[in-house]
Amino acid sequence: MTPSRVAFAAILAKDLRSELRTLQSLPAMALFAVTAFIIFRFGLDRTSLSGSLASGVLWATLLFAAVLGINRLFVAEREEGGFDAIRLAPIDRSVLFGAKAAALIVYLVALELVAVPIFAIFFLDSATALGPLVAVLLLADLGLAVVGTLISSMAVNSRARDLLVPLVLLPLVVPLMIAASGATEPLLALGGPGYHRFGTWLMVLGLYDLIFALVGWAVFDFLLED
Amino acid sequence: MYGKGLKPLSIATVVAFAVGFSLVFFYAPLDADQGFIQKIFYLHVPLASTALIGFVVGGIFAILHLRTDNNKWDAYSYVAIHISVIFGVGVLITGAIWAKASWGHWWVWDEPTLVSFLIVFLLYCTYYPFRYAIEDRDRQARYASVFAVTAGAFVPLNFLAVRMAQQLVHPRVFATSEGGLPSSMLLTFLVCFVAVALLWVTLVKFELTAKSASGQVNRLRRALDAPGPTGSSRIAPEVS
Repeated sequence: MTPSRVAFAAILAKDLRSELRTLQSLPAMALFAVTAFIIFRFGLDRTSLSGSLASGVLWATLLFAAVLGINRLFVAEREEGGFDAIRLAPIDRSVLFGAKAAALIVYLVALELVAVPIFAIFFLDSATALGPLVAVLLLADLGLAVVGTLISSMAVNSRARDLLVPLVLLPLVVPLMIAASGATEPLLALGGPGYHRFGTWLMVLGLYDLIFALVGWAVFDFLLED
Repeated sequence: MYGKGLKPLSIATVVAFAVGFSLVFFYAPLDADQGFIQKIFYLHVPLASTALIGFVVGGIFAILHLRTDNNKWDAYSYVAIHISVIFGVGVLITGAIWAKASWGHWWVWDEPTLVSFLIVFLLYCTYYPFRYAIEDRDRQARYASVFAVTAGAFVPLNFLAVRMAQQLVHPRVFATSEGGLPSSMLLTFLVCFVAVALLWVTLVKFELTAKSASGQVNRLRRALDAPGPTGSSRIAPEVS
């Protein structure tokens, strides 16, 4: 048996390298996010946002941009026979789940490094809220990554791949979005960041991450059997 | 095999409903605030609880399927979720009628239970297109079980998050200022709850019996080299 740590690092490095070479997901996600901001600017007819409107625009955009990446997460595995290789390799299969979720976290962080500053430039009066926002973003990324990896690995083996991911993922991440926007709303409030129930929302995010990481880890084996 | 006991179960369900509705209309007192419309509570709340418990039970059957690799449990899980989704439609309709009558709107966003139920219902509605999109039967069963387990874990978490998102929680029938239902209402509620739960069990058993009968017919047809039935369902699991 190859140690899980080695296998994890190898799969993660393979994913990041192939993304860097092909640039399949990341540019599309970033472009989508920026375009969505422009659409919100005209759809809402606002040049600056604050409070619930700002957090709604930010999270809706990030979520839909994430769906683009989640859709493509396992496509290479399926088309190039990566699943068979993983099944043949002497490694614990749950490692694939961990490595893919980690790759998705890297994509999401990269997306946010582009999209959040642009969001701040477009719509926010001051950038003071961005510091504490990092904690919310990271916890939400973790949750999106574990649920997204689980759904993506199921959807990729079906006929309606591009349809299934948004269909099943969106209701599943509603609690995540409730908690993330609940924490973000006072942060982006007019007149400086507030911290109303900030800790509670972070705890809900953490609980969501923990539960779905455990569920994903427990059931992922069954998705690879054939 | 599945048909055994279906008849007494159906009779028990009918009797429980008869007793329950008699209690609702002739025994339970009129609610002081809401009047007659409050009686929908005796149908709405048992339906909702049964549907939610049914979703979780579907998840437990799914765990059994994954552990034992016996396709029987996949059929149980499918039928449990199927009947619960049908109950869910009833919950949303009775809930909207109740909301319209007592709050004046068909839909109320600041009622956490309503919103959570809608989200859970929507998630389980995606169970059907999800199954339908996977061709191979074994893989379909396995993936559906994984879905059912994940969604079962999602139900309590979702209720927690939606409830926390509300600034203030509406008073419920259970929690009046005196704290709790009068005993006559509680008794009526419990009888109705038993009736609805029995209905759920009966319907689940009914559907399993039907599936097992049609599975048997299919196997006999195949043994005789007769042409199979046209238009049979591709998402419903076969029961042996």
